[in-house]
Amino acid sequence: MSEHPYPPSHGLRSEAIDPDVDLHAPAQRIETEGPRKWKVLAVVAAGGAIGASTRYGVSQLWPSVWATFAVNAFGCLLIGVLMVLVSERGVVTRPLVRPFLGVGVLGGFTTFSAYVLDFARLLERHRAGALLYAAATLAAAMGAVWLGASAARRLVDRRRSAP
Amino acid sequence: MNWVLVVVGATVGAPLRYLMDREIQLRHDSVFPWGTFAVNASGSFVLGLLAGASIASGSYELLGTGLCGALTTYSTFSYETLRLAERGWLLLALANVAGSVLVGLGAVILGADLAGGLAR
Repeated sequence: MSEHPYPPSHGLRSEAIDPDVDLHAPAQRIETEGPRKWKVLAVVAAGGAIGASTRYGVSQLWPSVWATFAVNAFGCLLIGVLMVLVSERGVVTRPLVRPFLGVGVLGGFTTFSAYVLDFARLLERHRAGALLYAAATLAAAMGAVWLGASAARRLVDRRRSAP
Repeated sequence: MNWVLVVVGATVGAPLRYLMDREIQLRHDSVFPWGTFAVNASGSFVLGLLAGASIASGSYELLGTGLCGALTTYSTFSYETLRLAERGWLLLALANVAGSVLVGLGAVILGADLAGGLAR
């Protein structure tokens, strides 16, 4: 292990902070070693295609900056649930679930670039609206990820402590 | 047709985010999520360039909605911020929020200005 090219784990940290990939999590350090690299990249790509085309579909049905708002908030709710199941509590142990659903589907579904582009465009026309949009997205995203993670933790812990 | 272009762009964008994030973490070991920060900032810059250049609709679906959309992420950013705050690194969490939004906004405006401006 000592000749491993990746950074050593922090003593305090056992599970990931970065849900896409966190090299402090030993299993994630080695997930691109050998032929499994292509499997991981393939499921990330497939998930990204599903997530991004769903986002595109929502924006076609609802052509408004609030479509991006809703997509981002909903994706944050789901990543909170997912990361409790695959990382924090280890309920789901199949190694490709995080790359497919977290990195791919939710990463492709939510978007930061469209958020800041909407923010910049609104700023040119309507400063108060722009600040409202930027703050509302942040608040909804943080509230949603907290809600998703807290609800999932509570459910998993309750089931585990049940007789 | 445009839907296919979004799929093709995202098929490249999502793995690119994963690989860039890994590369940045390899070179910069810290609890601050520099990988996601850098990916979001650079994807925002590229989307700014595309928006400023007012490229054709199909190319925008391929490179903007698909590539930049999948390259950048809000879900990863929000979960990282939550974990930083819950671990007691409140300042890092706040720095991640303020830094990502301000740098992302600056990047998209810079890209748009370089390519001709946001006015449409």
